[in-house]
Amino acid sequence: MGVGIEVRNLKAWYGSSEALHSVNMSIAANQATALIGPSGCGKSTFVRCLNRMHETIPGTKVDGTVMIGQTDIYANGTPAVEVRRRVGMVFQKPNPFPTMSIYDNVAAGLKLNGFRNRHRLDEIVEKSLKQAALWEEVKDSLKKKSGASLSGGQQQRLCIARALAVEPEVLLMDEPASALDPISTGKIEELIDELKVNYTIVIVTHNMQQAARVAGFTGFFLLGTMVEFDKTEKIFTNPSDKRTEDYITGRFG
Amino acid sequence: MRTRFHQSLDDLKEKLLRMGGLAEQAVDRAIEAYRLRDAALCQQVLEGERAINTMEREIDELALDLLAMQQPMAVDLRFIIAIVKINADLERVGDQAVNVVQRVMELVKLQEAELSADIPRVGTVASNMVRTALESFIYARADVAEQVLKTDSQLDQLNAEVYHAMLKTMHENPSLTSQALNTLLISRNLERVGDHATNIAEDVIFWVRGADVRHLFGSQAANR
Repeated sequence: MGVGIEVRNLKAWYGSSEALHSVNMSIAANQATALIGPSGCGKSTFVRCLNRMHETIPGTKVDGTVMIGQTDIYANGTPAVEVRRRVGMVFQKPNPFPTMSIYDNVAAGLKLNGFRNRHRLDEIVEKSLKQAALWEEVKDSLKKKSGASLSGGQQQRLCIARALAVEPEVLLMDEPASALDPISTGKIEELIDELKVNYTIVIVTHNMQQAARVAGFTGFFLLGTMVEFDKTEKIFTNPSDKRTEDYITGRFG
Repeated sequence: MRTRFHQSLDDLKEKLLRMGGLAEQAVDRAIEAYRLRDAALCQQVLEGERAINTMEREIDELALDLLAMQQPMAVDLRFIIAIVKINADLERVGDQAVNVVQRVMELVKLQEAELSADIPRVGTVASNMVRTALESFIYARADVAEQVLKTDSQLDQLNAEVYHAMLKTMHENPSLTSQALNTLLISRNLERVGDHATNIAEDVIFWVRGADVRHLFGSQAANR
């Protein structure tokens, strides 16, 4: 099941430049939440702070509190690897391991964690590919075909399956459909709708129609601050902040 | 691309204002036709209806294109929705003007009678409501639109007075039944014009404030 995320006074730096200025947000469990805003507004930095990916870039710093369920992920003693297992991530460009088979791509995370039960592994790979709506298309060539031989849309669903295999509670998606055609995009969006039953989903998108279609809540970021956070229908029909309105109606940005 | 879109919104607004001008003119002419018992003016109103109908279709087509091609959001989305609804109300205002002149043409055929019905007054209030509603649209003024909502009960009252007066006339002087009945129907048509003006004002408030004030009453609506 998904868990809620509580973000308090979150600040993030690249070197001496502060990219996030004290962001507060409550992300509901088992909901899709969209983050929108112009390039460089901090929305990707924000999601990368939710699974401690930000700190993997040299010279970066994070301050503030991020609670994933009951876990304070920046507290001393919380291992980053454990956080990243609980909070999966899917990126803009599908990035399957090119030399691995489809099966091994999905199983990679588990194998890396020392998981050796073959029968159980088969089950998890099948379940993850089914959840990612890819099973029917690849079930006959699981170990024969490499991940790289799939189409872009299939590769992205493979990456989703790979993220799901380690049974996370939260799934972060950074522009997961921006490199895909409309049909593949539609599949990813349907998938988000199905996955939110079991996971908490945070999706960064430049496509506002996409945010409107998939997300129950939407946050608007600008210049490293979160300007407005509300139900998606409110944001897109009658936002409270003039800056949100100007952005979504294309008057700037 | 977005600039072109915003120009199209301006086009849409301008078209709706022209449509509003035609509807307003139709009502004013119908009232004048009643006052002067002028069949030629009646004819002008009947002929003017076609232009209003053409305009209605043009506006709807442009609005539909913009919805499909530009996927507007927030205030732009509310604006286009409001335009589509105001458009339909203006077309109905034009229809009511036609209904009025059809009654006037009946009256012209009948012997002129002194009736205690102040139709020009009912007409002026109704016509002013349309004018004020359009003004609130031009300047995006929800407060001006609220004035229209407040005036509606005054128009209802005037219409009720005409109704009772004409009922009395029909009882007391059955030979004037046709005249009284046509006058009563004209008053009713003008009262409907006010209802459409009220709808337009509500759509302006929705566009400007993002608040739905339909079917709220008096102070409740004003407080939103």
